[in-house]
Amino acid sequence: MLELLQKPWPWYVAGPLIGLTVPALLLIGNKALGISSSLRHVCAACVPAGIPFLTYNWRAEIWNLVFVLGVALGGFIGYRLMGYPDMVGISPETIQDLKTELHLTDFSGLLPRELFSLDNLANWKGWFFMVFGGFLVGFGTRYAGGCTSGHAISGLSNLQWVSLVAVIGFFAGGLLMTWVIYPMLF
Amino acid sequence: MKYFKYLVLGTLFGIILTKSEVISWFRIQEMFRFQAFHMYGVIGSAIVVGMISIQLIKRNRLKSISGEEIKLSDKKFNHGIWIGGFIFGLGWAITGACPGPLFAQLGSGVGAAAVMILAALAGTWTYSALREKLPY
Repeated sequence: MLELLQKPWPWYVAGPLIGLTVPALLLIGNKALGISSSLRHVCAACVPAGIPFLTYNWRAEIWNLVFVLGVALGGFIGYRLMGYPDMVGISPETIQDLKTELHLTDFSGLLPRELFSLDNLANWKGWFFMVFGGFLVGFGTRYAGGCTSGHAISGLSNLQWVSLVAVIGFFAGGLLMTWVIYPMLF
Repeated sequence: MKYFKYLVLGTLFGIILTKSEVISWFRIQEMFRFQAFHMYGVIGSAIVVGMISIQLIKRNRLKSISGEEIKLSDKKFNHGIWIGGFIFGLGWAITGACPGPLFAQLGSGVGAAAVMILAALAGTWTYSALREKLPY
């Protein structure tokens, strides 16, 4: 059992458990699953700057910030305490593509160190992958009113066609970046 | 103390994201290149289980533990849904992480996640400031 918990979990274990988070949040507190809202609450709490969209009672949403704190804690427990493989078991085709297209050589860890190390902030790669990428995530999720958790999982679970439009948008952007923009950059 | 249950559930959510490797940049690239079923399996089965759960809650008119009627609001369409969704998609393929995984990565000790979260906060703040000028 312990050994099973330590290994990477297959999709048919992880997916249903993620799905159960939706009713769990509804039943324990009548809350809808959504992570990206936490970014708005932090902005509202720290730098509202008189912006109408950031002027609301963020204290009523503290549960969301506590949930996100839990996610970080879960990252610590899952990665540091429960054991993690040196290399994520991605398909050999992906490794080959990333080698030839993005010139990556190091496939250990959660993210390619060649792109995501803090030292990279001295060159364009760090700014593009960490700063620009992060900026688009924060800007886009709020503009769309949700991210993978709020639209894809929570929204589609509740049969919201609007969320389907959002998810199609997520994939359109992701595919354009992967298949068109990446090859132009490298 | 009233928030403790959210801390527990959030922690479980973070462990699941981490153990299923969906917080890995490599997994997201594999997904956008259609080279494995893993991510589609995770997201797809999560939606199916969520959908069945919500149907059960609705049909049985279940109440929350504090006795409140469970309310699910409908999302309204505006053009921000797809424009913002598209912008987020670009960012998702770059950072290899949506907001949940970013926080899990931070907890796992990835320094770059701190930079990406600060950048995401700047993005959310900028959106908030420009909101009235954006197409909807």
